[in-house]
Amino acid sequence: MHFQLNEEQRALGDMVQRFLSKEYAFEARRKILRSPDGWSREIWAKLGEMGLLALQVPEEHGGMAPATVETLVTLGAMGRALVVEPYLSSAILGTAIVRGLGSPAQREAILPAMATGERIAVPAHGEAGARFDLSRVATTARKGGAGFVLDGHKAVVLHAPAADLLLVTARTSGAPDAEAGLSVFAVPAGTPGVTLVPYPTIDGMRGADVLLAGVQVPADALLGPEGGAFPALSAAQDLGVAALCAEAVGVLQATLDATTEYTRTRKQFGVPIARFQALQHRMADMLMNVEQARSMSYLAAMHAASEDVRERRRTVSAAKVTVGQACRYVGQQAVQLHGGMGVTDELSVSHCFKRLMAIELTLGDTEHHLERFIRESK
Amino acid sequence: MDLSFTPEEQCFRDEVRAFLDQSLPPAMRHKVLEGLHVPPEDTLEWQRILFRKGWGGPNWPTEFGGTGWDPVRQFIFEEECAAAGTPRLLPFGLKMVGPVIQRFGNAAQHARFLPRILSGEDWWCQGYSEPESGSDLASLRTLAVREGDHYLVNGQKTWITLAQHADWIFCLVRTDRTGKAQAGISFLLIDMKTPGVTVRPIVMLDGGHEVNEVWFEDVKVPVENLVGEENKGWTYAKFLLGHERANIAGIGGSKRELARLKRIASEERKHGRPLSEDPLFAARLAQVEIDLLALEITNLRVLSAEAEKRAPGPEASLLKIKGTEIQQALTELMVQAIGPYALPFRIEALSDGFAGPAVGPEYAAPLAATYCNMRKASIYGGSNEIQKNIITQMILGL
Ligand SMILES: Cc1cc2nc3c(=O)[nH]c(=O)nc-3n(C[C@H](O)[C@H](O)[C@H](O)COP(=O)(O)OP(=O)(O)OC[C@H]3O[C@@H](n4cnc5c(N)ncnc54)[C@H](O)[C@@H]3O)c2cc1C
Repeated sequence: MHFQLNEEQRALGDMVQRFLSKEYAFEARRKILRSPDGWSREIWAKLGEMGLLALQVPEEHGGMAPATVETLVTLGAMGRALVVEPYLSSAILGTAIVRGLGSPAQREAILPAMATGERIAVPAHGEAGARFDLSRVATTARKGGAGFVLDGHKAVVLHAPAADLLLVTARTSGAPDAEAGLSVFAVPAGTPGVTLVPYPTIDGMRGADVLLAGVQVPADALLGPEGGAFPALSAAQDLGVAALCAEAVGVLQATLDATTEYTRTRKQFGVPIARFQALQHRMADMLMNVEQARSMSYLAAMHAASEDVRERRRTVSAAKVTVGQACRYVGQQAVQLHGGMGVTDELSVSHCFKRLMAIELTLGDTEHHLERFIRESK
Repeated sequence: MDLSFTPEEQCFRDEVRAFLDQSLPPAMRHKVLEGLHVPPEDTLEWQRILFRKGWGGPNWPTEFGGTGWDPVRQFIFEEECAAAGTPRLLPFGLKMVGPVIQRFGNAAQHARFLPRILSGEDWWCQGYSEPESGSDLASLRTLAVREGDHYLVNGQKTWITLAQHADWIFCLVRTDRTGKAQAGISFLLIDMKTPGVTVRPIVMLDGGHEVNEVWFEDVKVPVENLVGEENKGWTYAKFLLGHERANIAGIGGSKRELARLKRIASEERKHGRPLSEDPLFAARLAQVEIDLLALEITNLRVLSAEAEKRAPGPEASLLKIKGTEIQQALTELMVQAIGPYALPFRIEALSDGFAGPAVGPEYAAPLAATYCNMRKASIYGGSNEIQKNIITQMILGL
């Protein structure tokens, strides 16, 4: 057993971090957030050039999957820089769904372009009332025309406005919460009947509710077996959670660093506030949270593609619980220790705080994963 | 020992409730109950409505036009107002500078300033904190130099809540740099329209504008705007902090938010069932409800000590810490309750009358922003760490 990175992995991490600290510093990021699209195609293209969008694309389609450690390292760096581009949505989740469900021809049609960054595909899965239940899908697909007709309402689809392709989950049969009967369709942006209600999210990303009204798609829009998408969806989701945990660790470390740095320089009562033992202990607790989260992010990364589905779900959920709790504690304490400055838009700490909050609510919150851990441990 | 309200107090509660039923405009109530933005006009209008009823100064003695209510009646009044969804009365005039002027001001100041607070004509803000003087307030440096019949004020205040609407600011300024820091501070009232006063917004993490920097450049302040004696300002400020903290537990507001949380939890679904029936969630909600119940009794204990004419003491620190922890826990649970729909953030949707397309349930829009915003509660008014220092020193004597 060892936890070291090899030469290449370390070089990759250094490269991503150098790139982001140069191109994605606080002010640069702020400008991107305020731009009309709220993300940068230029940055995206460069991520593509560096090969980072190909980490989860299989070799035969121009990528380097599984690249588990590389993904971990890359997401850590992105977390540190609070990257708002659709990396998790497209390069991880979208890619994993197409990879897991597409026929060789469909994969070849979609994945190479995703690997270079020319094409963005994001899952459109969640629905109002489903909360975090992966199998609770009311959107329907029925046979019609030359293929299928989709109807439904997808809630909080992250990065939908940026997507060229929406990977829409719909029910082709079965009860509203049944795992059997789910299918995934690749729906190009702008398909008649697809309406986006776009908005920024609390952490500065972009998302949309996606309304599907009589959306006609051809038969070959169906990815994978009709009604049999759940296992691949669930695998993609777990890969996504592992990636999100890796990102979280980057944000957490940045948040802790910002706090120790701030308390060392901020003086009250004639001394740096870092000298107050009450605050020192708080920062010690923050550090313990970060380290526990880091350990679990490694565990999740190593099990995210495990053949043993039960073990995969159990460990990934355990990681999300640890990480979610760390997000809450570290985020709140970091703001608190910054005093008034912590609740302004001016310092990175509040931006970290909001991203940590969003991470906690993405791909299943802490209680969802607690429950899943209990279920899968029985 | 008797923990129930007296029949007279019950009667009083009924009277307040009946008045609120009749006099609180529904549009105002809606904004407050739904957690939407409450514009300054509403705040002032509500003050005027109370003033016309003779209730403009719920915490003031009758000699200054107040209601003369004892602390328990004030508590009941605040609780009923919060439950009904009234705009929050501005604390800066009624609870801060008002009591200081009453206690330490002269007759001319009484006549000039107090009636206009009651009638909602003057909007006050609090100018204490400075960039280098937050928790260590006594180190403040904004300088006031006496020149004949006026002071010349130079310096910068920061975090000034709602200064952008204010007519007046009450400031702690340094008038003596020689002795102990606390001994060289004075309490000065400054007209915001005086030349040399500049207000600059600070954008908060939720995108809102509620605090400001206030700069003073050669601002001439007439000597008659000094409250009490020169260099005694720290004593007045401490008196004020006691008053500010006495009602800081926010029991009424938290009860209202708890009710809102329960409403939301009964509408939200988890595994197809109401979230309120989910054991994990129900347990967390119950925990906050129990904490709030305990704090209510603690608060009433402090109030009855106050009614026996003991000044609000360091127990107020306990109320502030627990009160803000509960307020924050409630905002956390609301975010948790709505799950993924906490993420969309449309600042326009936080104003009443937003006509854009709906995203998620109607109650969802402000909840994440409120959670972020309420992190301030454990920082302002003396941070919770500072309150714990007060408890360890003043109560435990450590
Ligand atoms: C939303 C908001 C509204 C406000 N409104 C007003 C207003 O209207 N008027 C006004 O004058 N001020 C206002 N304030 C200012 C407020 O009073 C200060 O922010 C507060 O006193 C903390 O000061 P600071 O921000 O400088 O933090 P700092 O004093 O720098 O504190 C930073 C951290 O160090 C901790 N700390 C400091 N000293 C100690 C110690 N001795 N022991 C342990 N921990 C310590 C603090 O608790 C905090 O966690 C407002 C602040 C906010 C956030």
